[in-house]
Amino acid sequence: MKIIAVCGLGIGTSAILKVNAERALDRLGLTADVDASDLAGIATAAADAQVILTSSELADAVRAAIGRSFAEIVEVSNYFDVEEIGAKLEISLG
Amino acid sequence: MTLPPLPDEAIVIKAHVDDWRAAVREAGRALVRSGSTRSEYADRMIAVIEEFGAYVVIAPGLALAHARPGPDVRREGLAVVTLAEPVPFGHPHNDPVRVVVGLAVSNAEEHVASVARLANAFNDSGVVGRMARAETADELRALLGFDGTAEAGA
Repeated sequence: MKIIAVCGLGIGTSAILKVNAERALDRLGLTADVDASDLAGIATAAADAQVILTSSELADAVRAAIGRSFAEIVEVSNYFDVEEIGAKLEISLG
Repeated sequence: MTLPPLPDEAIVIKAHVDDWRAAVREAGRALVRSGSTRSEYADRMIAVIEEFGAYVVIAPGLALAHARPGPDVRREGLAVVTLAEPVPFGHPHNDPVRVVVGLAVSNAEEHVASVARLANAFNDSGVVGRMARAETADELRALLGFDGTAEAGA
């Protein structure tokens, strides 16, 4: 299973999202590869991903960038809220 | 896994700003003072928000201002600006912003580890409020998980 954390630049905020998604998966007892990506690279990065984690601010841009992909886009409000991230991951992975 | 240094020059406590651009500019000036970036970096941090929106407001009250590595980044750096009056950045859930963390990196890879450590500090949901109320640079460094003043040196 592969999860992509995406932000505008692929540094900074997506790295934080990646770290906290890994924590959330740990708590749920799930394993997945979590990678960070920028918007420009998301189409390639998402080709074999199940879930894309991003900010609600960026969701439309991500949707436009990935075109035809099976990956589900999950919008996160608080990047530090491991419970929020975990609950949303559980729904989309469950 | 260490954070970039956070010397006194890179900290602004209870700044008075009129809008989000001025708040990001304060963080840009702090990065210039600490020797991390040239002044153009502030313009690029603002351009990121103009291009992608307020997604840099990654938690209630907290903006992580940053831009890509570039020739205006001298070395990896961190700045913290707390605001006397919170300002909206235009985020649907996390406005208004009370604390701006400015980040400059010289390459994306080296940087993921230090961001992970920053994430540790902010996993405590009360920390943004405590940072906004902090009166001294040492208080802010302690809240971010710097062990002592030695680590804070430039």
